[in-house]
Amino acid sequence: MEKVLRVFAGLASGDPRERLRAIWLTVGVPAVAIAAFLWVWAESAARVQTSLGAVPGPVQVLSQARSLLEDHVAERAKQAEFYRRQEARNEQRLAEDPKAEVTIHKWTGKPTFVDQILTSLKTVFTGFLFATLVAVPLGILCGSSRVVQSALNPMIQVFRPVSPLAWLPIVTLIVSALYVTSDGALFEKSFLVSAITVTLCSLWPTLINTAVGVTSIERDLINVSRVLQLAWATKVRKIVVPSALPYIFTGMRLSLGVGWMVLIAAEMLAQNPGLGKFVWDEFQNGSQESLSRIMVAVLAIGIIGFLLDRLMLGLQHLATRG
Amino acid sequence: MTQDFTSRGGRRKFLAGASALAGASALGFPALAQKARPEKEALKFGFIKLTDCAPVLIAKEKGFFEEQGLFVTLEAQANWKVLLDRVISGELDGAHMLPGQAIGATIGFGTQAEVVTPFAMGLNTLAVTVSNEIWAQMKKNIPQQGGKPAHPIKADALKPVVEQYRAAGKKFNMGMVFPTSTHNYELRYWLAAGGIHPGLYSPSDISGQIGGDVLISVTPPPQMPATLESGTIYGYCVGEPWNQQAVFKGIGVPVVTAYHIWNRTPEKIFGMRKDFTEKYPRTTVAVTKALARAAMWLDEGNGKNRPEAARIFSKREYIGADYEVIVGPITGVYQYEKGDTRPLPEFNIYFNNHASYPYYSDAIWYLTQMRRWGQIPEAKPDAWYLDVAKKVYLPGVYLQAVKELVAEGKAKESDFPMKSDGFRGSQDGFIDGVVFDAKKPSEYLSKFKIGLKGNETVKPRS
Repeated sequence: MEKVLRVFAGLASGDPRERLRAIWLTVGVPAVAIAAFLWVWAESAARVQTSLGAVPGPVQVLSQARSLLEDHVAERAKQAEFYRRQEARNEQRLAEDPKAEVTIHKWTGKPTFVDQILTSLKTVFTGFLFATLVAVPLGILCGSSRVVQSALNPMIQVFRPVSPLAWLPIVTLIVSALYVTSDGALFEKSFLVSAITVTLCSLWPTLINTAVGVTSIERDLINVSRVLQLAWATKVRKIVVPSALPYIFTGMRLSLGVGWMVLIAAEMLAQNPGLGKFVWDEFQNGSQESLSRIMVAVLAIGIIGFLLDRLMLGLQHLATRG
Repeated sequence: MTQDFTSRGGRRKFLAGASALAGASALGFPALAQKARPEKEALKFGFIKLTDCAPVLIAKEKGFFEEQGLFVTLEAQANWKVLLDRVISGELDGAHMLPGQAIGATIGFGTQAEVVTPFAMGLNTLAVTVSNEIWAQMKKNIPQQGGKPAHPIKADALKPVVEQYRAAGKKFNMGMVFPTSTHNYELRYWLAAGGIHPGLYSPSDISGQIGGDVLISVTPPPQMPATLESGTIYGYCVGEPWNQQAVFKGIGVPVVTAYHIWNRTPEKIFGMRKDFTEKYPRTTVAVTKALARAAMWLDEGNGKNRPEAARIFSKREYIGADYEVIVGPITGVYQYEKGDTRPLPEFNIYFNNHASYPYYSDAIWYLTQMRRWGQIPEAKPDAWYLDVAKKVYLPGVYLQAVKELVAEGKAKESDFPMKSDGFRGSQDGFIDGVVFDAKKPSEYLSKFKIGLKGNETVKPRS
């Protein structure tokens, strides 16, 4: 962080040499590194022959990304056509029988790559939201009470390292048993399974960080609250949460990162819609374009993961400054 | 709203609706037929990435579902187990299914549930592939004809290879797609016809490997090539395009197709839960009509639509393999090895030869194979076979659907076995020359050297 600040200071400084150096560091070096990476990729990819042909280089991957986007646009056009057909059908029905009950059915086409990205984002945020709602209060309890802490600590330590792949079958079975879907259900079962798996795996960093944040509140502040005889709720609201906020946000940032990684694995294994399923479907298709499409997905997963992290960082700055 | 009827009385309603409709169409009142709309219009169907799911894909892509007032979402499933579970749990309203799954579920082998079918999907769609390594050893035992291996290739050529592996203490692993799959039975049939024991099932040991010379286990169809490539299995039995893909990837050689193991193998069905068909009888008929239209389209004009079908199949949300891999097997051309491409016209039949009619005799053949390999542990009287077949296969619904299509001018009556008693009659075309008569299943079983017959049972492995 400090280094970054120094670079920015350089950019603002009057010394032209400093400024040049700063520009070189912020723009030049990454650009050269990325170019080198692309070159190594392009050179080495063609040399590796898989049973699906040579490993695709950057050019093939880029063209595949474009075709996935075109595919998305084409699919949207088909979707609009589908709704027009239904409206025409319904009008005809109403003309035949004005009392007929007409419905508009949801689009029945395939989810495009963009749809799958959106599904994944929706799922990860749902899971992350559940995780935060559970982890922050629990973390505050753990941090403020020795008793709660020693009660929960063993369980936290045991469940924390469990991989999503182990949770998944359990979550699938429990959700299937408890959540009986009907036609108008709010959530798809598969959506809940992935979201809950994300929750179970991304809970821990927030929980632990919150607890640590709460325990490391300055004694002075606690003493002040004692002197003022603040009610417990007021103490939490006015003193505990504000002072632990940086820790909580660091935890949440870690949690979201873990959640994103977990989600892709969960979708892949459970065939839940989303980017993970896209990757697995392409692997199963085994066409000559499959590898390039999988690489597009890998890059998309990486870039989205990076953006999510930046988003949380931004929120953290906002929250701690305000 | 009509979707919320309880299933009670569904059967009666269905019959009443059926006769009313039959009357209406006979008298030429299409308006009345239009009134009886599907009770449930938005449906979700599952399929496995295989060419024999064709009627489902085509019914969707060519608009036959929408023509029947159905709005169908299709979803590829990871494997047959997931597919069956999701049909039973109601997440899927219907699916491209293995006949053995519906029959097995009905008699309680594996999962217990009542699954029925009004529509059969495809004849002759599978093949057996072995790895390059095994092929090199097998090839020595196969007579040559015009510089190429003579067909059909029998498992006799594989037997010495298996014996060699066994003598060296190595397990000879092979893959198929599901315990009650057509592929399991056809692979076993082929192996047993060549004197290789494929192993038996027992109530306490459902691995299906008791006493087997080879060890057969389950791998999902699209993963077959990858599993073969990694050396986990030496050969597999699966539908297309996964055998052709082995050739294109250069990792294996298809040695025999369903055409040679049993010409006219009834491969798949369209399965639905029994209570679904009772609750939504009009939907069931509408689905059957759409699928029948799709099957007709696929076999129309001597296969003129097949290249277009291959384009549709190769879309990534459907089968997803390359067009070049898919087009061969569905246009009557089959590549066995690089440089050994032969015509195979009777492969992937969807409508001709009454391929889509759900024959009781097809179900009975599956039951005989379940008995032969111990999935049915005890002897059953001949009447039992027919009883089970009648529980699962619904030719009545099929005929109802095609009658409506004929009345609407969308099909020719002469294309359907309208007067059939549900039996194909005595059938030959098996690789070992044994003739199958579905009316005498017990006698049929007694004709095989390998496999259970009469009152035989399997002793648990000691």
